[in-house]
Amino acid sequence: MPETPRLFEAIHVPALARVEGEGALYIGVEDGSVKEIKVQIYEPPRFFEGFLRGRFLQDVPDITARICGICPVAYQMSSVRALENALGLAISPQARIARELMYCGEWIESHVLHIFMLQAPDLTGHDSALSLAADAPDIVKNALRMKKIGNQILKIIGGRSVHPVNACVGGWYGWPSAEELRALLPELEWGLEQALWAVTWAGTLPYPQLTLDYEFVALHRDDEYAILDGNILSSRSGQISEQEFESNYLEQHVRHSNALHSRTAGGQTYLVGPLARLNLNSDQLGAKAKKAANDIDLKLPLRNPYKSLLARAIETVEAFDRAIRLIGEYAPNGASATHLNLKAGRGAAATEAPRGLLYHRYDLNEQGLVQQAKIVPPTAQNLGRMEADLWELAPQLLKMPHGEATLTAEHLLRSYDPCISCATHFLKLKVYDVV
Amino acid sequence: MSAKPRIAVYKFSSCDGCQLQFLNLEDELLDLAAAVEIAYFLEATRDIQPGPYDLGIVEGSVTTPHEAERIQQIRRDCKTLITIGACATSGGVQALRNFANVKEYAAQVYPHPEYLETLATSTPISAHVKVDLELWGCPVNKYALLEVVGALLQKRRPNLPQYSVCLECKGRGNTCVLVAGSVPCLGPITQAGCGAICPAYNRGCYGCFGPLPTAELEPFIPVLKDSQRYPGEAIRLLRTISGAAPKFEKAAQLIAFEEAKHA
Repeated sequence: MPETPRLFEAIHVPALARVEGEGALYIGVEDGSVKEIKVQIYEPPRFFEGFLRGRFLQDVPDITARICGICPVAYQMSSVRALENALGLAISPQARIARELMYCGEWIESHVLHIFMLQAPDLTGHDSALSLAADAPDIVKNALRMKKIGNQILKIIGGRSVHPVNACVGGWYGWPSAEELRALLPELEWGLEQALWAVTWAGTLPYPQLTLDYEFVALHRDDEYAILDGNILSSRSGQISEQEFESNYLEQHVRHSNALHSRTAGGQTYLVGPLARLNLNSDQLGAKAKKAANDIDLKLPLRNPYKSLLARAIETVEAFDRAIRLIGEYAPNGASATHLNLKAGRGAAATEAPRGLLYHRYDLNEQGLVQQAKIVPPTAQNLGRMEADLWELAPQLLKMPHGEATLTAEHLLRSYDPCISCATHFLKLKVYDVV
Repeated sequence: MSAKPRIAVYKFSSCDGCQLQFLNLEDELLDLAAAVEIAYFLEATRDIQPGPYDLGIVEGSVTTPHEAERIQQIRRDCKTLITIGACATSGGVQALRNFANVKEYAAQVYPHPEYLETLATSTPISAHVKVDLELWGCPVNKYALLEVVGALLQKRRPNLPQYSVCLECKGRGNTCVLVAGSVPCLGPITQAGCGAICPAYNRGCYGCFGPLPTAELEPFIPVLKDSQRYPGEAIRLLRTISGAAPKFEKAAQLIAFEEAKHA
């Protein structure tokens, strides 16, 4: 037998836990060096773009919500905005306030879930939040209470937190109750304080060392931290409008993984999500979130993917703070939805899902029926970056015992908060044979 | 060895929303987790314990050859097997493929459809193995989920609503959108469980909780058909979340037949 210094033959994580959807990770090692890296997706395709064809435009937000149970609001918001752009329709300022508020609810719910239940166990040596709860019950109990506040916003505005029912093209089927929202203010104030604590706590966690050279891409507005709309800003190539997305960001067939990955027009991988948003838009954060970042002496740009948890924590402060402000501004009047004048057209929109930029584009005919739909989810855009990150991490992994290397690689992927159910629609499933 | 009941949560083709309802039980989750052994639940933990399990909970439908095989082993591993959500109980939103040509779909979405491994239909778990209890909803109601798990652990019958969305609507004091607003609504033939949220926001029910087993289609079909605001609306409403549930499928066929007669 040849005496090769193999520390391990492969890191193979057959089922990636604590992510949304099911995936796997494979790192092939030969003669002490990494030969192959694959982020495998074994979620089956569900053909959403296929069965959206021929549907009436108001069916779209109900259907696209079902792409993802954790970020249905993101899907609904990108859908309704893209369809409104196709019709040239403007919604009322109060309807927009309710949309932004609902999105804050989803950021709170999803970010708190990810910080405390999906990623924190990796940083505290636990398998799950349930085992973390045995050690630190207050941390988990308070996290659940914060998460519940996010879900309560969703319930008041949309009827329920998973697949809410109230969003429509033009605004809302019915105005959410201002009274019920105001009754939530004391809990939101508590949540804001707790989120500020979470940033401090997150600042003390032991993150693995890794500094990478990312191209960050996120929505950007000059007047606020962009969630619902804006231009698409890249740290390398500047700003474009939402309508120009497809000519600047492409889905490419990448041979080594046999999957489609998003690339810039120049062929580069790029990063979307909390880290991209924080690095590009920190000037637009509200005063509370800015102070939270200063208090832990946060230096930007932040280029360690594991530290996206810090970005999520700061964004959770922003979401609580903003929700409180938006409830103060919310005073519904008049029709909850703008009347639709149907016409043929094409419209695109992007919004910031908790895990990153979510792009939708629809072609409508004159009856308002969808002729073509295109959806580019955040995890699809990040997949190329996840594999690139693993290549960068590989030299460190090779020095670690197998168990630690496996966990460190898994942790890297979990830090992306990957939404594999969402990404699936663009991935091919048959994995090619290892050479 | 723990004497607590061992629970496994599985995912098939789905959005994760029904499993997420466990994690959305913010006030009850820690107590629930203390009462059982969560032996397999990938969305929540990387600690995976081998079977057999006392209770298997399945989210999602069967859409690939691999899933069709996998469910057989899961059935063998689980003493009691229940399904949660529209996908697992009727095929879900992705069962819309059952009414279309999957090859065309694949060619629209994927540049290399020849690589895809998929079945022509999305089918419920009960089409493949014996299911002990089906909990409907898109998503399932989290308190119903708690009730079902609690009841099974206490070896009693779960207390679930056996009536239509209309009753929940009345209880909530909603104005009937179908009668007063002439908005197509599946409430009269849909199982309760959501809390009649759609009519509460002035819109018609789109059938997330699936057909009520005792619902009569004949008197309802003409009412639904007459309430349409644009051609094809009623059929599309039926074919949204639980379109492959036999009763909704039959209703859509009846309407299509009626419309063809008058065309």
